[in-house]
Amino acid sequence: MENKVMIQAENIRFRYMPELAPAVDGVSMQIKKGEFVAVLGANGCGKSTISKHFNAILLPERGTVMVEGMDTREDAHLYDIRQKVGMVFQNPDNQIVATVVEEDVAFALENLGVPPQEIRTRIDDAMEMAGIAKHKHKAPHKLSGGQKQRVAIAGVIAMRPDCLILDEATAMLDPIGREKVMKTIRRLNKEFGITVVTITHYMEEAAQADRILVMNKGKVVLEGTPKEVFSQVDLLHSLRLDVPQATELAQQLRAAGLDMPNDCITEQECAEALAKLLKNSAN
Amino acid sequence: MIRDITIGQHFPGNSVLHRLDPRMKIVLTMAYIVLLFVAANPAGLALATVLLAGLYRVAKIPLRIIVKSLKPILPIIVFTVVLNLFFITGESQPLVELGFIKIYSEGIRYAVLMGVRIILLIAGTSLLTYTTSPIALTDAIERLLSPLSKLHLPVHELAMVMTIALRFIPTLIEETDKIMNAQKARGAQLDSGTLQQRMKAMVPILIPLFVSAFRRADELAMAMECRCYRGGEGRTRLKQLRLTTNDWLCCVVCLVLFGAIWCTNFFFTGL
Repeated sequence: MENKVMIQAENIRFRYMPELAPAVDGVSMQIKKGEFVAVLGANGCGKSTISKHFNAILLPERGTVMVEGMDTREDAHLYDIRQKVGMVFQNPDNQIVATVVEEDVAFALENLGVPPQEIRTRIDDAMEMAGIAKHKHKAPHKLSGGQKQRVAIAGVIAMRPDCLILDEATAMLDPIGREKVMKTIRRLNKEFGITVVTITHYMEEAAQADRILVMNKGKVVLEGTPKEVFSQVDLLHSLRLDVPQATELAQQLRAAGLDMPNDCITEQECAEALAKLLKNSAN
Repeated sequence: MIRDITIGQHFPGNSVLHRLDPRMKIVLTMAYIVLLFVAANPAGLALATVLLAGLYRVAKIPLRIIVKSLKPILPIIVFTVVLNLFFITGESQPLVELGFIKIYSEGIRYAVLMGVRIILLIAGTSLLTYTTSPIALTDAIERLLSPLSKLHLPVHELAMVMTIALRFIPTLIEETDKIMNAQKARGAQLDSGTLQQRMKAMVPILIPLFVSAFRRADELAMAMECRCYRGGEGRTRLKQLRLTTNDWLCCVVCLVLFGAIWCTNFFFTGL
C-alpha cells in the first residue's frame, strides 16, 4: 500500500490559450497512495492548473498524467479516472447541484448509474463520514459555509474515490468551518486511507500534511516534509509565501541570537522549545 | 426582506394530497382544467367549486393562503368579467342601456361563469404547487415527458435546468441583496428619484449579478463534470416514483367525481 503510486505526472506543460505563456511547464510529481500532500504557491503559480490535470478536467499539451496506471488522455478511462479522483473546489455554493442535501450527495452516483438501493446506503455512509448526516433533508442554502463544503465533500466521497483533491477548499470558510472541514479531511485520510492532495494558502493546514510541494511560476521548486520545507524560511519568503506563525517566531528569535530550533512548525513544538529555553536560562 | 420570497409556494404538510404521487397530481390537475372548460354550466362549476373546497380541506390549507394567491390576478379577473359583461349580446331586450353600453342577461351570466372559472383555474393549479415540493414537481415533469425523449427532445436537460434554477434562486437573491448593499455603500440611490432614474440605478446591480452568474455557471459545470455528469443517458435516480394502490384509488375517486361534474352538461344545455 505504502509505495503504490496514485498519480504520476510527468513533465507536464499546459497553456490556457495558444498565445499565452504556459501556466505550468515541465512539472513532474508523484502522489503515493494514502498520502496527504499539500501544494503551496503564490497566486498564479499553476497549482490549480496542475490539480485539474489529475482528473482529466484539463489535458496536458505535453507530458503525461497517469492515474493508477490510466492515461488521462484516453477517453475510455475518463469516467473511471473521475470516479477515482474526486475534486472539491473553493466556493461551496457553486458545486452543489440539487435543492436537498441528500439528493446532491447522490448526484455523482446517479450519473454513474448506481442502482437506487445502493445509492441509498452509499450516500448514508458518505454523509456519516463527512459529518452532515443530521442535515440530510435540509436545503443547501440554509447551511453554513463549512457545512456546505462538507456536503460537497460528501458528494465526492460517495463515489468512493481513492483520492481527494481540494482546490483551496477552505479558503472561503470562517475559522470554525475551516477547522471542521480539515478535521473531516484528516479523518478521511487516516481512517479510510483516502489519498489527499490539498492546495492551500493556509500554512497551518499545510503543516499537517505528510509532504509539501512548493510551486513557483509553473514549476515545482521545493519538495519535502513540512519540517524540511518550512525550515527554509528565506526561500519561502522570496517566493512570496509565509511560514506558519510558530516557525516565523522561532526564526525571528534565532535571528535575535536565541538558541531556537529551526524545525518547529506547530504551536506546541514552539511552546516546548521556548519553555526549554527559559528553563536553561533560569539555571 | 428580499430573502423572504418563497418560490413555488410550497406549503409543507402530510395529508393524502401531499403524499399523492406528483405525476398523478399533475395529470389530475390537467384533467380538472379541461373539466372547467367542458362543464361550462352553473351546476357544473358549482360542483367543481365544492370539490376543490373539499380538496383544500383535505390538504389542510387555510383559506387566507388561497385569497393571497388570487390577489395578484384580481385585475385580470375584473377585466375579463367587465369585458364579458359589455360585449356579450343576447337575443332578448338589453337589461341596461346607457348610450352605446348594452348589458344583456346572457352577458351577466357569462361574465359570472367566466370569473368563477378563472378563480377555480388558479385555485386548482395552486393546490398542485401547495402540496408538491418544487423538486418533486420537476421530477414528475421529467418522468411524464420522458416518452418525448425518444423524439430527441431534451427532456432530461430541461429538468436539470429547472432543478439548477430552483437551487440557485436563493443564492442569487442573496447575492442581489449583497450587491445592492455594496452599491448603496458607494452612494447609489435605489429607492428615490423618478421611475427612469430608478431603472437606471438598477444597471450597476444587474451587471455584477450577471457577471457573477456566468462565473458560477462555469464553476458549477466543472464541478458537475468532476462528478461524472454526462447527460441523462444511463442515469439512475435516488428517489424512485412508484404508483401505489393509494394513488390509483385517489385517481379513480377524482375521475368519478370529474365525470359526475361533466354529466351536468346533459341537464343544462346552452351557455
